[in-house]
Amino acid sequence: MRKLNRILAPLAVAAALVGVWWVAVAETESVIFPTPLQVVTALADLAREGELWTDIGASLFRVGAGFLLALLVGIPLGLWMGWMREAFTTLNPFVQILRPISPIAWIPLAILWFGVGDLSPIFLIFLSSIFPTILQTAAGVHTIERQYLWAADNFGVSRGRLFFQVVIPAVLPQIIVGMRVSLGIAWLVVVAAEMIALRSGLGYLIIDSRNAGNRYDLVVAGMIVIGITGLLLDTMMRRLERLKSVRWRYAR
Amino acid sequence: MPVKIVVRAIAKSYPTDQGPLSVLRDIDFSVGDGEFVAMVGPSGCGKTTLLNIMAGFDRPDAGSIVIDGATANRPSPKGILISQKGSVFPWLTVQQNLMFGLNGHRFENEQLTEHYAEVVGLRGFERSYPHELSGGMLKRLELARALVVKPQILYMDEPLAALDALTGLQMRFELRRILEIERHTCVLITHDVEEAIQLADRILVLSPRPATIQAGFEVSVEHPRNLGRPELIELKAAILHEFGL
Repeated sequence: MRKLNRILAPLAVAAALVGVWWVAVAETESVIFPTPLQVVTALADLAREGELWTDIGASLFRVGAGFLLALLVGIPLGLWMGWMREAFTTLNPFVQILRPISPIAWIPLAILWFGVGDLSPIFLIFLSSIFPTILQTAAGVHTIERQYLWAADNFGVSRGRLFFQVVIPAVLPQIIVGMRVSLGIAWLVVVAAEMIALRSGLGYLIIDSRNAGNRYDLVVAGMIVIGITGLLLDTMMRRLERLKSVRWRYAR
Repeated sequence: MPVKIVVRAIAKSYPTDQGPLSVLRDIDFSVGDGEFVAMVGPSGCGKTTLLNIMAGFDRPDAGSIVIDGATANRPSPKGILISQKGSVFPWLTVQQNLMFGLNGHRFENEQLTEHYAEVVGLRGFERSYPHELSGGMLKRLELARALVVKPQILYMDEPLAALDALTGLQMRFELRRILEIERHTCVLITHDVEEAIQLADRILVLSPRPATIQAGFEVSVEHPRNLGRPELIELKAAILHEFGL
């Protein structure tokens, strides 16, 4: 029953929202704002023509590339900053200065440096994901409980074993939290980045639909797809938290 | 009995806002090879600091620790610390935890871990993760992980304090049973006088901060010890008397 409620309750809210939307459009007799039915029809058309999948694929590719690059650079950097006090005190100010600059603010520079191809959004994704990754990882290293480091020291294990069997697994739960946060931001940013340039992706779909004949049904359809894809990405990341080797951290 | 550990004139203080706080002063004693020494003292008296210094994790301000005739100031696998909080790695399975301190061949390691899993009664749980074990099993795992590397000394900091009374009592007997086979040199810190009486060959009573050794008691009763024996009841009274009780 409880499980059923977990699905039924959000569905009921969704139904209520769609209802309000429908009534509002009907009452105001808006010619531009689409009804839910029009949006669904538009979505079905997009899916049938294949454009929807191309756009989702393009956006996911950019997010994937930028996000993985950020992990590749951010996790080692975060581990290093967490482990070496000097590295932290040296680099942390720069991280803190760069972090609050919205990736959107970087768009002009990105276009200047990387043009309007895939590289620009990948760069913006990279920028948006790397700082949360670095900070969560470094914070994870800082909060490793002393007794674990002592035990490693006590058994006199090699530096390699210390790192791969103690430090990294101890930080992994924090890294996963960082990954969830950065992937969320990355998804937010890719759509914004695609609105500026490029000829594919969900952001492009929205802007192009508006520019090419005020197709607001497609605009809303694009927004819904973005939201649902974001939810699926987060669900995927949440699955990582169920790995047996990291569950110890969340269980408490 | 040859001497294993010599604790020589150890002093330690910590800086605080109100100036240095002296926690240990003129601590002098030695532990024989294979001897089990328990240190009891009021909480906050500096017992843990003393044990950490002995195990090489903390530096004394003055004095030194000599093990087998050589000054020791670093942790080493020769003496394993079993801390109060427990340091079993929660991200490794039982088997991986047992293997952690081992460097030899795979086959030898497997035989060793199998043997000690058997000794502490954890056979069949090798693939479990620590969060799937009970508190008592975690302590056994920590003990087994220490025993696997064949340490000569075990430093135990309130190892049974986190367990419920019944499990703690069971673990006392388990510990004694294992020690009968392996004959390690043991240093135990506890605030539980009965635990000390049940386990140790010698009990040192520490004074309140700054801790000094206030009294020492030999316990020569055979194991397993029945705490109801008149001489042990007397001993308990004598130790409690040292605490002013």
